[in-house]
Amino acid sequence: MIRVALLVAGKDLRIEGRSRVLLWQVVPFGVMALLLAGLALGPSQAGHSSAAPGLFYLVILFVTLLMVARSRSLDARAGTRDSVATLGLDPAGVFLGKVLALAVELWVTGALLLAGTVVVLHTGLAGTCSAAPSVALTLGALAAAGVLHGALSGSGEGAATLLPMLSLPAFAPLLIAGERAYSAALHGGALWEWWTISLVALAAYLGLGVLLYGVLEES
Amino acid sequence: MSESVASLDNALVVRGGFPLLSGVTLEIAQGTMSVVTGANGVGKTTLLRLLGGLVALSGGTGRVCGVDLASENRRALRRRVGWLGHDGPFYDDLSVRENLTFAAKAMGRPVEEIGAVLARAGIEGREKVLVRALSAGQRRRVGIAWLLLRRPELWLLDEPYAALDVAGRDFLDELFHEVLAAGATVAVSAHEHLRSLPAGTRTLHMVGGRIETVS
Repeated sequence: MIRVALLVAGKDLRIEGRSRVLLWQVVPFGVMALLLAGLALGPSQAGHSSAAPGLFYLVILFVTLLMVARSRSLDARAGTRDSVATLGLDPAGVFLGKVLALAVELWVTGALLLAGTVVVLHTGLAGTCSAAPSVALTLGALAAAGVLHGALSGSGEGAATLLPMLSLPAFAPLLIAGERAYSAALHGGALWEWWTISLVALAAYLGLGVLLYGVLEES
Repeated sequence: MSESVASLDNALVVRGGFPLLSGVTLEIAQGTMSVVTGANGVGKTTLLRLLGGLVALSGGTGRVCGVDLASENRRALRRRVGWLGHDGPFYDDLSVRENLTFAAKAMGRPVEEIGAVLARAGIEGREKVLVRALSAGQRRRVGIAWLLLRRPELWLLDEPYAALDVAGRDFLDELFHEVLAAGATVAVSAHEHLRSLPAGTRTLHMVGGRIETVS
């Protein structure tokens, strides 16, 4: 399972590195969204800083949906899907590989957007750095939930619009926990309870994905 | 008498309420070649996909390479068949070698064989080229290299001659003779009359989701 996961993750990341969709489309979109949010809030720096965690995770939500759809599209072509199916890969390994690749992509994007919040939304550098571990954990959980819900939304005509609708209820607790942890890192407060929510969600989605991914892909 | 590799009895495949195969009965013996012919939309591709475990059986019974098509174990069957569809089995943003390396590692085949199968398929010298940059005929040759690397028991090729030049068609004819001589089984779909078929090849002509004639 681990061998398949590393093989699939390596393949997805190599394709992403080649196509540069993340670099030239997703990251600029996220930065523009942050910039627009900063402009909409007006010139008050204090207001920016307190709204930064919520705005950051709102942008992360958009970015995650784009990247889950992109991850699905890598294997969506009929010829690719059929021939990869004849490789008989362990579906649990495929799931973990896709989660790993998506998590790496989200971590890269998240790091750039965190830097963007310092510049655009005037969050303190020290507070933002101390929020980084909780952001990484939340993004990992979002990757697991995203890959699972990507499989749930299928690859048919309605998949692109079905994905946000199916994903939002699963993403909401993760986004809230992530936002609270980020706020606590910036302005003080208890962190561990929000970490616990993200950790439990990560474990739950990984477990569900390992068990169900093959069934969802078959159906 | 050769062992049966695939047998279907009144096989039915329904997708979206529409019958793609409506009662196909056939027997394919090991080491033989079958050519599935018929007009567009009669179910040629669906029949090959059913034999490869790529679509589920909706009714009837079927057994391919010893695997019951009605069981949940179609993944075990898929590892034993080689499928080449219209699109080619590739990731466009990976190079020829990277695609074959992915397949070799996934199947536990030695990556050292990649150079040899590329040369055999007449695509040597293109190893580092991204698949998206290849012509349709070259993509098909890479697909054949992918199958050579896999060495499946049952070769399923959907319109394999499409986009191939004369040299490519000759190579494919020669390859089919080799594959059959090695004991593997081949099933292909075709619109047109095939030129140089191995002795004993059966033609299954399909009409409306059924096999109308066998010759």
